[in-house]
Amino acid sequence: MRVVLRTPEKEERELKGPKKVREVLEELGVVPEGVIVARGDELLTLDDEVADGDTIEVISAVSGGAR
Amino acid sequence: MRCAVCGRKAAVEVRRQGRAFCPEHYLEWFEHQVERAIRRHRMIEKGERVLVAVSGGKDSIALWEVLRRLGFDATGLHIQLGIDDYSRRALEATRRFAEERKLPLIVVDLKEAYRLAIPELAELTRRRACSVCGLTKRYVMNRVAVEEGFDVVATGHNLDDEASVLLGNVLHWQTDALVRQGPVLPAKEKLAKRVKPLYLLTEREILAYTLLRQLPYQHEECPFALGAKSLLYKEALNKLETAMPGTKQTFLEQYLKKIELVLQRGLSAEEVELKACERCGYPTTGEVCAFCRTWDHAYRWAKRKGRIPGEVRFEAKPRLAFYPEKKEGGAARPAPAEEPAG
Repeated sequence: MRVVLRTPEKEERELKGPKKVREVLEELGVVPEGVIVARGDELLTLDDEVADGDTIEVISAVSGGAR
Repeated sequence: MRCAVCGRKAAVEVRRQGRAFCPEHYLEWFEHQVERAIRRHRMIEKGERVLVAVSGGKDSIALWEVLRRLGFDATGLHIQLGIDDYSRRALEATRRFAEERKLPLIVVDLKEAYRLAIPELAELTRRRACSVCGLTKRYVMNRVAVEEGFDVVATGHNLDDEASVLLGNVLHWQTDALVRQGPVLPAKEKLAKRVKPLYLLTEREILAYTLLRQLPYQHEECPFALGAKSLLYKEALNKLETAMPGTKQTFLEQYLKKIELVLQRGLSAEEVELKACERCGYPTTGEVCAFCRTWDHAYRWAKRKGRIPGEVRFEAKPRLAFYPEKKEGGAARPAPAEEPAG
């Protein structure tokens, strides 16, 4: 599967599937609370499975600086 | 995982509540949370005019969208910080959002208004960009609200912002800052009421809302935020939250409920009276407010370095641009009385 990380810099990774979203994030070392995972327009939960041919995006929700 | 309302496949989990929702019911849940926070804390009363501070990021864009959907009279205020392409793209996202929904927007361009942008202000005062940026934004927001007749300023501060600020203030025992953590800061003379309607929603939940509503927002991070302490605190809290869902909410809510009032009472003896700044007339605890002091300092150095002509004096009143353009007077303004022919 192709994983596009936007955390927030764009980076691409190739992982073996099928895998649950939870396992994908674990493998990438990403804390689930700080991101949303999407497959196209569909938002995925940690229990959703991602197939080998899928492309998913891991989008960072965290912003910093002067608020 | 199934939607807690309709049983369809879930799209977003709200782990701190042990629930998940399909897209339709998530949007409903989210907007209801904001409405409940506004009602519970009487943030915005019926008929009040709201000035929404809009950076172009997900939080402020989501806030403006929810306020619009809830039927509030909400005008956006965008402050152009002058941080190269980052700021240009922030304005683009904000204007696109406003134009698509025909919402009124006020823009203050710091470089146009005050001759200096945030990077130069930080360099000339030798202070961190986030520090002078926060100070400037708070001043401009308040001044625009007071002078343009808004009843309340709404900002997109979320649960992660509030919990991480609380953590930072507790780690350093910043008691003066701790007593100002609440979701509502009441109005005072020349100080507009400030509210945070998203204060109990996490950044993740807000991002899910902007994605599901397909709102245009600026995803990139401010270049000056890299390495900011707030990001470290957020990361630490998110690790705790993943292991113990609900930690951030409990930390903030229980502080507000149990500790803040006690602190406020205990510190009331130390409370300093506000007076008018000698330079701009806006409230301050000293003779000259921090905003005027900072910008005067930057002007002194800018003049020494030949970037600003020596005779120019810093004027704190911001210049505003209105979108769509504000019609001055027009037909509604009464014609001046004519001198009697004599």
